[in-house]
Amino acid sequence: MSATLPLPSPVAVSAAQPSRSYWAVVWRQLRRDPMALAAGGVLLLIIAAAVFAPWLAPADPYKASMIKRLLPIGSSGFLLGTDELGRDLLTRLMYGGRLSLLMGVVPVLAAFGIGTAIGLFAGYVGGKVNMVIMRVLDVFYAFPSVLLAVAISGALGPGLSNSLIALTLVFVPQVVRVAESVTIQVRQLDYIEAARMSGASAFSIIRVHVLGNVLGPVFVYATGLLSVSMILASGLSFLGLGVKPPEPEWGLMLNTLRSAIYSNPWVAALPGLLIFVTSIAFNLLADSVRSAMDIRR
Amino acid sequence: MNTPSQASPAPERGGRPQPLLVVRDLKKHFPVRDSGFGGPRKFVHAVDGVNFSVPKGKTLGIVGESGCGKSTTARLVARLMPADAGSLIFDGEGVAEFRGLHLKEFRRKLQMVFQDSFASLNPRLTIAETVAYGPRVHGTPAAKAMQQARELLDRVGLDAANFANRYPHELSGGQRQRVNIARALAYDPQLVILDEAVAALDKSVQAQVLNLLQELKAERGLTYLFISHDLHVVHYLSDYVMVMYLGQVIETGPVERIYGHTAHPYTRALLSAVPSMDPARRTEASPLAGDPPNPINPPSGCRFRDRCPRAHAVCADRAPELAAIHGAPEHFAACHLNDTASGHPDAGQEFSA
Amino acid sequence: MTTPLLTVRDLSVQFHGNRVASALNQVSFELGQDEVLGLLGESGSGKSVTLRTLLRLHPARSTRIQGEIRVGGQDVLALKGRALDLYRGGTVSMVFQEPGLAFDPVYTIGRQITEAIRAHESIDARSAAARALQMLEMVQIPQARRRFDAYPHELSGGMRQRAMIALALACKPKLLLADEPTTALDATVQIQILLLLRELQRETGMSVIFVTHDIGAAVEVADRIAVMYAGRIVEQQPVDRIVHTPRHPYTEGLLAATVGPEHRGQPLRAIPGSPPDLAALPPGCSFAPRCAYVSEQCRRDRPPLLAADDQALACWHPVRGLVEAA
Repeated sequence: MSATLPLPSPVAVSAAQPSRSYWAVVWRQLRRDPMALAAGGVLLLIIAAAVFAPWLAPADPYKASMIKRLLPIGSSGFLLGTDELGRDLLTRLMYGGRLSLLMGVVPVLAAFGIGTAIGLFAGYVGGKVNMVIMRVLDVFYAFPSVLLAVAISGALGPGLSNSLIALTLVFVPQVVRVAESVTIQVRQLDYIEAARMSGASAFSIIRVHVLGNVLGPVFVYATGLLSVSMILASGLSFLGLGVKPPEPEWGLMLNTLRSAIYSNPWVAALPGLLIFVTSIAFNLLADSVRSAMDIRR
Repeated sequence: MNTPSQASPAPERGGRPQPLLVVRDLKKHFPVRDSGFGGPRKFVHAVDGVNFSVPKGKTLGIVGESGCGKSTTARLVARLMPADAGSLIFDGEGVAEFRGLHLKEFRRKLQMVFQDSFASLNPRLTIAETVAYGPRVHGTPAAKAMQQARELLDRVGLDAANFANRYPHELSGGQRQRVNIARALAYDPQLVILDEAVAALDKSVQAQVLNLLQELKAERGLTYLFISHDLHVVHYLSDYVMVMYLGQVIETGPVERIYGHTAHPYTRALLSAVPSMDPARRTEASPLAGDPPNPINPPSGCRFRDRCPRAHAVCADRAPELAAIHGAPEHFAACHLNDTASGHPDAGQEFSA
Repeated sequence: MTTPLLTVRDLSVQFHGNRVASALNQVSFELGQDEVLGLLGESGSGKSVTLRTLLRLHPARSTRIQGEIRVGGQDVLALKGRALDLYRGGTVSMVFQEPGLAFDPVYTIGRQITEAIRAHESIDARSAAARALQMLEMVQIPQARRRFDAYPHELSGGMRQRAMIALALACKPKLLLADEPTTALDATVQIQILLLLRELQRETGMSVIFVTHDIGAAVEVADRIAVMYAGRIVEQQPVDRIVHTPRHPYTEGLLAATVGPEHRGQPLRAIPGSPPDLAALPPGCSFAPRCAYVSEQCRRDRPPLLAADDQALACWHPVRGLVEAA
């Protein structure tokens, strides 16, 4: 007895530091990362501007004026100038963020849910079922995302909900791939075997032991898709496959402002700039989340 | 001896204890990638007709080099992979047979501790949650399962007040292996399979865990199946020893017979390959040349013959059977040297161990 | 003693990551020509870090190295560029634990050894290949000519480790660093490699530092053993004395905790607790929290490493005094 029992206080962890859950550690890491803070701040600003547009925006986004068309940046009353129909550009950019962000986030969220479920199932069941699922998805995966999005969107017809569906379908195979490969890795670990030894059902094992360890990496991958989704959504609108005028949306605005590129290039570039800034911010944040989640053993 | 007394450890009554686990003719072949089109499919004979039994309250040590099938045997017994052939009898009942022991029930009575203490713990669960998981699966209310988990952690030497809510990455290797032992005990099992459970630990910590295992065995009347490549540790912990070579049992018997009077040239080579710990008596010649052969194409006859210093023509012709050694009822070896009728010229000569 | 081949003075290594870990703390030792030193220690003791520092393998950006390393009069920590390349593999070379990882899987064994020779010496391809083959024969690889053209994955673990040794010795180094070269091998193969290393050392007269956690393996090859704990050398003695008359409580505990046939049927004398966190070392002796002989002084002041003749010890309360041991 005396040989094993007098175990001094754990030396591996200092006693003062309370034990933290995984996500608490990740959160603390993120808060210490200047890049994450900067990107998060920019995104918060853009999201807040979009969400509170009805209260914050200086004008009515649909009110046109033939006299005040294409005013330059800094005109009195129009901080960021006006578009080709004389509508206040600042207002339209703020309102446009609502649709653009929606089209960026919703398909990724949907694909995250659907893709993880399929990937978990395929990876955990394995064998022939897995092979069939993965080969079918590979067919989708083989097309470039843009082409696939345009094709599905074109087949479904233009409109907000159709482009959301199209984008979701583009992202599902990519998420499934990641979820499946992570599941297969996790499945081989000894703690899954130990759980099987306990006589637990497959459902319980997936819920308690597999899901938590798969969600992290898939989540990181999905955050990386946000910027792609934003750009693709803008692209669809630009091509006339997404939102229809006069709805404000950044991609669509970029399209309609095309004509102004020679007369008033700075105004015409603004929606593009916003798409660019938002997607970069999403990407930087995704990178930070990835490194924060990579906790050493 | 069929009195149902499972809760309390079976008292020693003298004589040979009843076997808790009997394994008969266990086989597992893994397919290997085909050599080419139309070529015959090849198999690795990972476990090839293994028979053994573990008496209640005793420890059976399984030793052998990598590829000998000892870990596969453990996984087959634990039913973590399906066997190609063979049967298990646990405490007198056939496992997963008609009117036999149900698989779920069997798994409760048998638990396993793995080598990699980190990979065998879910990084997202606190160690108390990990220990409580199994009992909860079997219907124990959450609060009670957590209470039991804390008691078990205390028992394995991890102060629950300090450790219960920690995550695996905050623990040292020895502490994590204690958690794995606590988890195995949470089901109140009868048989615990220890698959290289102390191999990855530092020597000073390994001794702590070995002591803990011995205490728990005495306290709870546990039976161990102890798989290891470390002959010293097997000697220390085991009552019976089984030596495997290329998927087959080549010698088995009480620990003092195997270590004192081995009846197989391979076992002897294994024993003399252990460093001596005495600089005045350093090993001067290697007992065996070469690596363990490829299990895809084992040699004909005795599988050990191409590394055996005493091999003879008969060893290539006929595979020796596992047979009792004269004068030692529980000691079995598969070697022609022990059988005067085998035709081996040196047969019957006393094995000087 | 003549001038030592290797002199290490007050070597300290710190890794700067999220936290600062002191992997080595003022390590000093010497190694003579034709001598085999066993560095014995558990995980985190700093034994592998010592070897890697000797070869300057740590990334310079996140590592802070202080102290002095001299090999044959050369200041190792000052080496740069081509001189460093020639030093690595030429003067000092290393055998790793995992021979599978040290070879490039897409080239044959023979080609890799040949290239290693040509990287260090101006010699034509033909004679380099001839010498590579000679090396494979020297490490007793059967059918060396055939194995010369084999890819690493075609060799068994023991053969790969032999080939690794051939690669390490190809440029006739003065000092061979062996980092747990037998840990991943089976017992019957391990003893073959240990015997081979001993034989090659005798033949070539090179010096060897053999790092291991296994006392048995160290005893088989080493002339002298230095025991490391938490980044420090705590004791050093000739091999026969260290196993019979250990003086540091940690060495004594390690020997007692190593299972042998005589322990059957009784509890092992384990060292309680676990090794310290290198990012938060105690102020005094690092072993104090686990030591049975601990006193107030041990917790407060770090014992210095006192050397005398062929032995050294860092302990306030040694199990045996110097007189008794000598």
